Amino acid sequence: MNFDFSDDQKLLRDQARKFLFDKCDRKSVRTILDDDQLHYHKELWSQISEMGWTGTAIPEEYGGLGLGMLELCVIAEELGRSLAPTPFSSSIYLFAEFIKNYGSEDQKKKFLPLIASGEKIGTFALSETNGTPKPSNVKTEYSSEKINGYKSPVSDGETADYLIIAANSDNKGNRNSLSLYIVDLHQDGVSKTSLETIDPTRPACSIKFENVKAEMLGEQGMAWDMTENIFNRAAVLYSFEQVGGAQVSLDEAKKYSMERFAFGRQIGSFQALKHKMADMYVKIELARSNAYYGAWALSTDSNELPVAAAGARVSASDAFNYAAKENIQIHGGVGFTWDYDCHLFYRRSKLLSLNIGSTRQWKENLISNLEKRNIV
Amino acid sequence: MDFNDSQQEAAFRKEARDFLEANAEKRSIISDKPNDKSPQIAVAGAPETVKGGKEAAQEALERAKVWQKKKAEAGFAAILWPKEFGGYGGSPIQQVIYSQEEHDYLVPSGYFEIGIGMLGPTMMVWGKDEDKKRYLPKMITGEEIWCQLFSEPSAGSDLAGIKMKAEKDGDEWVLNGQKVWTSGAHFADYGMIVARSDPSALKHRGLTYFYLDMKTPGIEVRPIKQISGTSNFNEVFFNDVRIPDSQRLGGEGEGWKVALTTLMNERLAVGDPPGLDFDQIFEATKELEVEDGLAIKNSEVRQKMADWYVQSRGLQYTKFRSITALSKGQTPGPELSISKLVTASKMQDVSAYALELMDSAGMVHHDQNPVLKNLFQNGYFFSAAMRIAGGTDEVLRNIIAERVLGLPQDERADKKVPFNELPSGKN
Repeated sequence: MNFDFSDDQKLLRDQARKFLFDKCDRKSVRTILDDDQLHYHKELWSQISEMGWTGTAIPEEYGGLGLGMLELCVIAEELGRSLAPTPFSSSIYLFAEFIKNYGSEDQKKKFLPLIASGEKIGTFALSETNGTPKPSNVKTEYSSEKINGYKSPVSDGETADYLIIAANSDNKGNRNSLSLYIVDLHQDGVSKTSLETIDPTRPACSIKFENVKAEMLGEQGMAWDMTENIFNRAAVLYSFEQVGGAQVSLDEAKKYSMERFAFGRQIGSFQALKHKMADMYVKIELARSNAYYGAWALSTDSNELPVAAAGARVSASDAFNYAAKENIQIHGGVGFTWDYDCHLFYRRSKLLSLNIGSTRQWKENLISNLEKRNIV
Repeated sequence: MDFNDSQQEAAFRKEARDFLEANAEKRSIISDKPNDKSPQIAVAGAPETVKGGKEAAQEALERAKVWQKKKAEAGFAAILWPKEFGGYGGSPIQQVIYSQEEHDYLVPSGYFEIGIGMLGPTMMVWGKDEDKKRYLPKMITGEEIWCQLFSEPSAGSDLAGIKMKAEKDGDEWVLNGQKVWTSGAHFADYGMIVARSDPSALKHRGLTYFYLDMKTPGIEVRPIKQISGTSNFNEVFFNDVRIPDSQRLGGEGEGWKVALTTLMNERLAVGDPPGLDFDQIFEATKELEVEDGLAIKNSEVRQKMADWYVQSRGLQYTKFRSITALSKGQTPGPELSISKLVTASKMQDVSAYALELMDSAGMVHHDQNPVLKNLFQNGYFFSAAMRIAGGTDEVLRNIIAERVLGLPQDERADKKVPFNELPSGKN
């Protein structure tokens, strides 16, 4: 059995950790938090791109490094640890994966090199209204070669050059009437409205489309199936970000509890706090192990992926949400101030557990996929 | 990443599988055996609970001995022990592989684990050569069963608070006091015991460690009837029990150190304990009906199931990470410390929820209960014990906090004061 990352992958992790420790400190994260006009850290983005992280899992023939999904998992964990304020997940876990998996040869040649080099940024949007996305909620239409409609929230929409959306290609309003389209956002008829998010370091906007040109991605009528598959792939990567963020939340809670004294002793010596931190550790270890299993399924194109991805997602959301909220609790009063960093993790944890579907939605996915697996 | 065995591992797995296939019966997810109260204490090694009184218990013990002899002859009874004492001379990864394979079979368990896993290794470190030669081989074959006499009414989580008196009289020791929670004392032939030889010394320094014959005059074993109605544990009373000094392991006052050897050898919890887990309740939800149809179609049920699934598989994959370390010849990290903490509470929650799903039928805990063979009723009681035996949830959280996370120890009132001056309260 070899249920671990390789030495090379661990080396990549160490390098990424060191790099982000230097270049993505909390001050850098806060420049994006504190300034409404900044949507991502441009300097960090170009450095990350220069090192090739954006092209990690993109084949060499399309301008990437041609490494695998495991390497991307390793980088995701580090991005999660450092709260990196970049559109990495939108552009790489979603846009690039859609193109890589479903694009025509021409589309791959056109988009992937631009994404791999970091020169252009892509994203994906499904949702148009509150609540669980479902086919009947998609009102955006494609007809006479034009898109009309509305998407919100669109993660990293302000920054993005390209967007993949689901739209109705006929008027039946069911699952099979939805197709995916690639939209160039630099054209007339695209209007963006910035939205404040619970984590401003991960911004979003709403986008209105009026007679906008678009090209179809993948097969007509297959939007929902393709989206489910890419969300499964992305869920594994996000779960590594979440595990990374959860681990740092625990580390910082621990550090503070050993520096802070009350009643003449370190507060970390009180069992009420120790047990909380032990519970954080338990949830994080379970989440890490579930994420590893997701990584294995992702990297081997296993038909276990739907179950493994949902398991990784549910477990990682639970771990990060718990670690982030209890980190505030362990810090006491200063924990809910703007100056202390606890809220950065609290914000990020909730945002990450919502962005590609809520935890309750993923729990439902998990059980329905288990049922399907049993029938097979 | 892969889940494949190395060539040697695969060969060993085949050897284990062949042996089990030829000699044991496969386990099903929800057992059809009326008396198979499957959930077992993974760490404390409580024997199969057997209803039907002494005769049934005696028969079960005889069956276990027959099985153990076969297992020993095939070499699988003590995989980690050196060959000279009848072991397999194998590696931790081989132990794991065997446990994984055995997990799929209905075999007796809970009689020999404490001896082979903890007490034998203690004797290997601290015992004299003639002791090792005399006792260790019979421990493996199951001819002689051993028990561990550590806990006392006033020394549970705080194990070093032992009060059992050991007074020296010439070249003999006289033991007086009481032990409790002793698994298998009612069928054990021998035991290992820690006692207080010097009450005026500091708590951890006044202890001495012995082994003894459970038939020594003055020892009285009384089973403890548990919440489940069965008895796996005992109280053991010592009334002027005389044992020779030659049965001392380690020096006088060194008992705590020897006890730590025992405790460090808690058997590799890497093999899954047969238990009540996600798979069992998942099966049950496909049979049980709630107000809107089958339980598995109800969205509240599905949400809860997902939580248990990720806990269950999270633990399994955590074990895979540890096995990976073992397979590479490394020592596993601290990940395994979470296993029992998660398992016990999960079992309690799963059982209680399954009873809810049965509605008023969940009240029935009758021998001929047709609903899922009492599995969840048994689990409901058993899990309450599991959260305490082998380290309470609270002790385990302290261990994680202090040894894994490196958080400071709680302030202690017992570190610098002689044992007999410590406040002791009501036992």
